[in-house]
Amino acid sequence: MRRAVLIAVPYLWLLALFLVPFIIVLKISLSDIALARPPYAPQLDLNEGWAGIRAFFTGLDLENFTFLTTDDLYWKAYLSSVRIAAVATLCTLLVGYPIAYGMARAPQEWRPTLLMLVILPFWTSFLIRVYSWIGILSTEGVLNQFLMGIGLIGEPLTILNTNTAVYIGIVYTYLPFMILPIYSALEKMDESLLEAAEDLGSSRLAAFWLVTIPLSRNGIVAGCFLVFIPSIGEFVIPSLLGGSDTLMIGKVLWEEFFSNRDWPVASAVAVVLLLILIIPIVLFQRSEEKAREAGR
Amino acid sequence: MRRFSWFNATSLTLGFAFLYLPMILLVVYSFNESRLVTVWAGFSTKWYGELLQNEEFLDAAWVTLKVAFFSSTIATVLGTMAAYVMIRAGRFPGRTLFSGMIYAPLVMPEVITGLSLLLLFIGIGLDRGVLTVVLAHTTFSMCYVSVVVSSRLSTFDQALEEAALDLGASPFESFTLITLPIIAPAVISGWLLAFTLSLDDLVIASFTTGPGATTLPIKVFSAVRLGVSPEINALSTLLIGIVTVGVITASLVSKRAAVQRRREEQAAQRTA
Amino acid sequence: MADSVFAPWNDPEAKPLIQFKGVTKRFGDFTAIDDLTQNIYEREFFALLGPSGCGKTTLMRMLAGFEEPTEGQILLNGVDIGHVPPNKRAVNMMFQSYALFPHLSVYDNIAFGLRREKKPKDEIHARVKEMLRLTRLDRFAQRKPHQISGGQRQRVALARSLAKAPKLLLLDEPLGALDKKLREETQFELMDIQEKTGTTFIIVTHDQEEAMTVASRVAVMDEGRIVQVATPDVIYEAPNSVYVADFIGDVNLIRGTARARPADSPPEAAVEPTPETKPAPPKATASTSASIAERTGPQPNTLGRALHDKLLSPIFGKWIEDEPRRLPPPSAAEAPRAAAPQTPAAPPRPQDIPPGGLEIDWSTGQAAIIAANGDPVLDGEKVVLALRPEKLGIAKTRPDAPNTLKGKVIDIAYLGNISTYHVEIEGGVMVKAQAANTRRIARRDITWEDEVWLSFTATAGVVLKDE
Repeated sequence: MRRAVLIAVPYLWLLALFLVPFIIVLKISLSDIALARPPYAPQLDLNEGWAGIRAFFTGLDLENFTFLTTDDLYWKAYLSSVRIAAVATLCTLLVGYPIAYGMARAPQEWRPTLLMLVILPFWTSFLIRVYSWIGILSTEGVLNQFLMGIGLIGEPLTILNTNTAVYIGIVYTYLPFMILPIYSALEKMDESLLEAAEDLGSSRLAAFWLVTIPLSRNGIVAGCFLVFIPSIGEFVIPSLLGGSDTLMIGKVLWEEFFSNRDWPVASAVAVVLLLILIIPIVLFQRSEEKAREAGR
Repeated sequence: MRRFSWFNATSLTLGFAFLYLPMILLVVYSFNESRLVTVWAGFSTKWYGELLQNEEFLDAAWVTLKVAFFSSTIATVLGTMAAYVMIRAGRFPGRTLFSGMIYAPLVMPEVITGLSLLLLFIGIGLDRGVLTVVLAHTTFSMCYVSVVVSSRLSTFDQALEEAALDLGASPFESFTLITLPIIAPAVISGWLLAFTLSLDDLVIASFTTGPGATTLPIKVFSAVRLGVSPEINALSTLLIGIVTVGVITASLVSKRAAVQRRREEQAAQRTA
Repeated sequence: MADSVFAPWNDPEAKPLIQFKGVTKRFGDFTAIDDLTQNIYEREFFALLGPSGCGKTTLMRMLAGFEEPTEGQILLNGVDIGHVPPNKRAVNMMFQSYALFPHLSVYDNIAFGLRREKKPKDEIHARVKEMLRLTRLDRFAQRKPHQISGGQRQRVALARSLAKAPKLLLLDEPLGALDKKLREETQFELMDIQEKTGTTFIIVTHDQEEAMTVASRVAVMDEGRIVQVATPDVIYEAPNSVYVADFIGDVNLIRGTARARPADSPPEAAVEPTPETKPAPPKATASTSASIAERTGPQPNTLGRALHDKLLSPIFGKWIEDEPRRLPPPSAAEAPRAAAPQTPAAPPRPQDIPPGGLEIDWSTGQAAIIAANGDPVLDGEKVVLALRPEKLGIAKTRPDAPNTLKGKVIDIAYLGNISTYHVEIEGGVMVKAQAANTRRIARRDITWEDEVWLSFTATAGVVLKDE
């Protein structure tokens, strides 16, 4: 009895506030836009009984999804989201790996402090961390002043409101997600393995490539998924750092909903975004399972 | 030690510079006299004064704290229950769906969570305001809490609960007297995480909020869309300061406790 | 004599504290406990011994209330407790991991159970103090579990589980986490505390030495069944199956075919000095003895009949004895065994051998082994003679003994107090013989590759049906 209550409370909460809302999104994505409140049709009218239900179901169609494929904006936005997320993930890996490596090789007594320094930004407001780059990247920003000050460039660079700024924003905000799994994989590695590799005649670089990288593979894979998955649907970074030509699907959805008030299309955009996300999520889950099995 | 080369030292220095310089610049420019953020015009704390007199910001901060407190508290209760169910309740009908619903919000883009909750609130005719934001935040942060708590619970020695039952405690007593005190650090971490997530959230709050329930991130977002503002720098400095002090204190306290514990354990072995 | 010995299982009047009645526990397809019936008496120190996965832990968890039996009943003082939750049973358990509450002091750990009963404060305090004294933990009352040593933690766990004065205390591998020396000390401490408190203890262990040391009776388990229940000496000296013989201690197993020996007693038999502990008369094991056994209650438990019929007989067939096994009598030939190497060779004197029993043909061309304590019912059956290494004498010349085997020393393990000789006897069978090194540099005359004679009495071994 007690067990049933224990299960039921969180279960019902999630059903009501996670699953049901999602079903509503699915339903509205099959509806049509209407000049009404709420602004879509058909509405389910239970007062009309069975006929109402039938009328409701016949009113549903895949029109919005066909619309998404015909209008360039959407599929370009999906494509560009995936591309930006992928490039940014790669950059994060390139920036994060040396940091994680340096941490794992740092003297034992420094490591907790270094780890805390990586985690600290995670507790700091995401919005503020993105915002901090506006002042740096803008035309009169700190970066341009610095570069012009040392005479490297004569004219300020335009970085803010471009895709470059979006990459920087993603790398910066998601860096801890990349460092932490790689660090924990590297930290577990036995240093004598490298000594063994060198003892057997490989150079330091070869030992790194043949021993360290494969042994930290699980960390790299986990880190990449942890950065890639949330960046696809990112909204704050493209809207603050990106320009008008930065196409990311999170921003498109937001605008579709708030500016155009086209709920059915916004819902359809959300459904397709989820379908796209399922692929990396399933891959991630599978690689985690494999890693766990191998770990045993 | 052998491998802590110049390469490592350089990559660490550059890496942490990259992580911290932007925040340090924010802090520095919050003390800038000039409204033009990029020009240094002398030290001043006037933006802090203006910030503290800005009613809109203060109201938004108050709403945010209220929302964060209530949502993280409810989320901690629900998340702990969910974690307990996941680890301890064994099989029950719909367990797969349950675990799916626990983990899905962690990877769900915020725009979708926000949109779906908004459509629900409209669908059931719930007026948007503080309540709806609290409901929305509770839903996604309870999942984070349950992940934190369940990872602690999975390493929890079940014999402790059995021992409590064996000594005559009811299942409820065994949870409140034994399990809860032992997993308390994880539960508190879960609460802090939920609190921070709620303080931080812009997207979901934007979807689910209504008149009179403007949270601080929404306020900040609409302010910074127009560019850099020294008040926001001051606000950021305050938030960064609070977080830094909190995290450093927590890590010092826990380090001290660990050292103390190790010393006591060694002493116990020696006297045995 | 029987009155002075604690053996309620032999007393038909005794009321068992715990009764298992046809208890079966299944986990899905897996049967952990298979139709088990067993009585356990008050003040007993009962050991459940077996390899991991034999069901001993499941049995204990059912007593504690963490598992419910799939079938059958578990009675505590005649009341079925099979489905009573653990917090409502007068049974306490000491956990293998100790399961001390890490956030509570030693004092609060011990007081935990008493506080759940809502007893008055001073009563709780007095009881905790008493427990602290009993387990010599007075000085550590305010410490947390991580601030005390492993041995002290073990005592806290014991004190905590004894605080509520349970009718029955369950100990799950209680000494497993201690090192060897501390474990041996603690075994005696446990026995001492058990005697002082008069609580019934059931201990689960896979360590046969531990079970033999502490227990009044040992139950050897295998695949969810109790194979044999008896006092430690009977388990060791008179195992009822090859499984038990092999599980407990070191044993030589010699396979062969049994042949009944004539039962008429020659006049010399009357001179034998051991009439009381004489082995079961051969004919007494016939089915007629069952009624006598029930009347006099000599069985390990009052439900012995059911146990035999339902459980043991199907496994072991008609071979099972209805009477409890007694120690085989020390025969006249056993006493001079230690001196055997020194005695000059003499032809064996068959008139020293008790009549009856079996002869075992174990290898063609070799003299049959005489087992006077063998059950004639086994006539013509394939049997195993289980022979403990220390029951074998070793000498370079043929001693005067009922059974002698010639062989060659392959290996010698010098263990200080004893030496174990690995001897290959004719027919290629390896046999271990142990001899105490009573003198310094004893038996150095026997070395590798030596031709030796192994000797043992007509009652040294136990004849078991080959499984």
